[in-house]
Amino acid sequence: MSDNSKGFTPSRRQFLAGAAAAGVGSAVAGAAQAAGPDPLITEVQEWASGLGDGVDATPYGLPISYESDVIRRNVEWLTADTISSINFTPIHALDGTITPQGCAFERHHSGAIDLKKEDYRLMINGLVDTPLVFSYADLERFPRENRVYFCECAANSGMEWAGAQLNGAQFTHGMIHNMEYSGVSLRTLLEEAGLDAAGDLKDKWVYVEGADASSNGRSIPMDKALDDVLVAFKANGEALRKEHGYPVRLVVPGWEGNMWVKWLRRIEVMDGPVESREETSKYTDTLEDGTSRKWTWEMDAKSVVTSPSPQSPITHGTGPLVITGLAWSGRGTITGVDVSIDGGKTWSEARLGAPGTDKALTRFYLDINWDGQEMFLQSRARDSSGYVQPTKAQLREVRGLNSIYHNNSIQTWWVKANGEAENVEVS
Amino acid sequence: MSKFPNLIAATAMAAALAAPAYAEKFGLGRPALPEEIAAWDLDVSPDGTGLPEGSGDVFTGEEVFADKCAICHGDFAEGVDNWPKLAGGAGTLDHEDPLKTVGSYWPHLSTTWDYVNRSMPFGAAQTLSADEVYAIVAYILYSNDLVDDEFTLSHENFAEVALPNADGFIIDDRLTSEAHFWTDTPCMENCKDTVEITMRAAVLDVTPDETGLVPRAETGEASEEAAVQEASAEAAPAAEPVEEVAALDPELVAAGEKVFKKCKSCHQVGDGAKNKTGPMLNGIVGSAAGAVEGFRYSKAMSGAGADGLVWSEEELAAFLAKPKAYMKKTKMSFAGLKKDADVEAVIAYLKSFDG
Repeated sequence: MSDNSKGFTPSRRQFLAGAAAAGVGSAVAGAAQAAGPDPLITEVQEWASGLGDGVDATPYGLPISYESDVIRRNVEWLTADTISSINFTPIHALDGTITPQGCAFERHHSGAIDLKKEDYRLMINGLVDTPLVFSYADLERFPRENRVYFCECAANSGMEWAGAQLNGAQFTHGMIHNMEYSGVSLRTLLEEAGLDAAGDLKDKWVYVEGADASSNGRSIPMDKALDDVLVAFKANGEALRKEHGYPVRLVVPGWEGNMWVKWLRRIEVMDGPVESREETSKYTDTLEDGTSRKWTWEMDAKSVVTSPSPQSPITHGTGPLVITGLAWSGRGTITGVDVSIDGGKTWSEARLGAPGTDKALTRFYLDINWDGQEMFLQSRARDSSGYVQPTKAQLREVRGLNSIYHNNSIQTWWVKANGEAENVEVS
Repeated sequence: MSKFPNLIAATAMAAALAAPAYAEKFGLGRPALPEEIAAWDLDVSPDGTGLPEGSGDVFTGEEVFADKCAICHGDFAEGVDNWPKLAGGAGTLDHEDPLKTVGSYWPHLSTTWDYVNRSMPFGAAQTLSADEVYAIVAYILYSNDLVDDEFTLSHENFAEVALPNADGFIIDDRLTSEAHFWTDTPCMENCKDTVEITMRAAVLDVTPDETGLVPRAETGEASEEAAVQEASAEAAPAAEPVEEVAALDPELVAAGEKVFKKCKSCHQVGDGAKNKTGPMLNGIVGSAAGAVEGFRYSKAMSGAGADGLVWSEEELAAFLAKPKAYMKKTKMSFAGLKKDADVEAVIAYLKSFDG
């Protein structure tokens, strides 16, 4: 059945080296003359003569084996174990804006739990008129909304504060995914329980909590809770994956991923924030003088070139080159992205794959004719609030080196003449 | 283009808040019962709201901590390996790599109580009594030199304890302190004279090596099938050694895999299993006690192994049922599996990784 040749899988490092060498050889690719007739064309291939798989071969399809390196990856030294840990989306190998669930990054505090729809309960309590319990089936009977949003861990790029560390867009910027969510607005559920008992809503909060052993809980101010927060049960059209909170997670558009509580089990209307572990000892940003910012919920505008990049080198030599990447802002839409190939001396406005949408990933492209010279590739996002993505130096000037979270600075890839790329910092 | 997008949001919100809600409720869900709310509504606020009655002293806390927390956090709350340090770090917040602990960083004691109560111990959350939590928190305060060894923490004196970094936090001020990032017209040309490399990731070389990863399709179809199985909700236990599994009851092995979740925070088993907080467990059934290479056992465990203890199914069952009763000084801080069926299942699961 299968083609045995796929048993030969060169290691990634061999691939990078080989591809780079081949790239130099095939310069001026656009105008290349074939050395002779291509047997892939002149000879009848097995797949053009024999038969492929039947429709029952994969009742639920997975990517073809040739794409087996497009996977989430873990950085082992980062955390004590893999259960309370994080992995990274292979953004270097994706295009468009929607992240397939199967390779969308995961972050758990006590592991991804197995919770059936039948066993699922959602409680709303605290300062509400009637504390309520919903089953999964109840949630499906409320009016539903569909929205595309990015979810970024506040620690995305956090390892890069003190300097260039990890060599790959997946590792420097892969704590992000972007999905189309279907669910019920949190506002609808809160109103079902009734908010008269809460009195003046301006100074009220909701505390949201997950069903897993970590009891991950966060406090969200009422105005956000009533604005665009969703209680979601589908992503990209299908049920949430276990690792993303099946059967129900919270979607808090534009705000740090830790607040997107998975396996959501309880929503409590409160007088003030709980000041839980995840909003005091973690997800607070320490400044140079030792004071720390708290409640830094919004994700600042940010962008990164996903290709070329260290895991996605140029393999075709000089000539037409597609530079592409992702941009996003927790404060609204991306209005433009600028790309520099000379480390920030000059900038060109990139083409957006589609107009930016609210708190969602935007794909950008810059199509150039590469002359084979080394490049210092950078991208710079601009958003609808007028914010411009800062350089690392600008960010350090305000925040120092110890913030851990919310590093949204401009990334530099040093693309060498052989097409390979490296994560660097430049003056 | 406002420099203060939050203000716009706030104004929009005021309008939204004033708008009428749905004319009628949907009548979905059911009232939550008081017992249900009591079971789930456990959070504790900074002023102590939510704390149950109870108390615990430093001395008791030291014992409970040694028993249930020290394996990851160290006997003195100093942290083992990459696990969080809970003590120390005073005065380091403005240093390079500050040490953030309960004593040096956490603003509210309620957070510690709440987190220990609801989320700890790792792998056995919500098993501590209120008194045990008070005792553990008292011990953590003691390890941070914030109370003396005579101290008892209770719901009555809780609010009197102030943590040193209580005033160390400010509310997000990016809109003012970073107002200069809202520059509608960024530089496009001649933005700087020179560009020099100041730091390279390759020099540090901490990126995971691709050769250390196991590509899913390396072995072609077999692994694709395994991956499909993983994707299925009814996933059978991983397709490990086929001959061994054949001799075991697959349902029991599957049940054991679920039970093993209680063990996972410390133990690994299967392909590539390594020693973690506990030793890796490949081939453990039938092998000598205290003999996994490279793991630092308690004296009690290595001694038992030297005296000839072998992990027969019977011995292992006795150990797993009540670890500390079976071996008083074992490092394994696990309360034990209460159900015989769980013990049997987890042993079957471990047997599926023989070799």
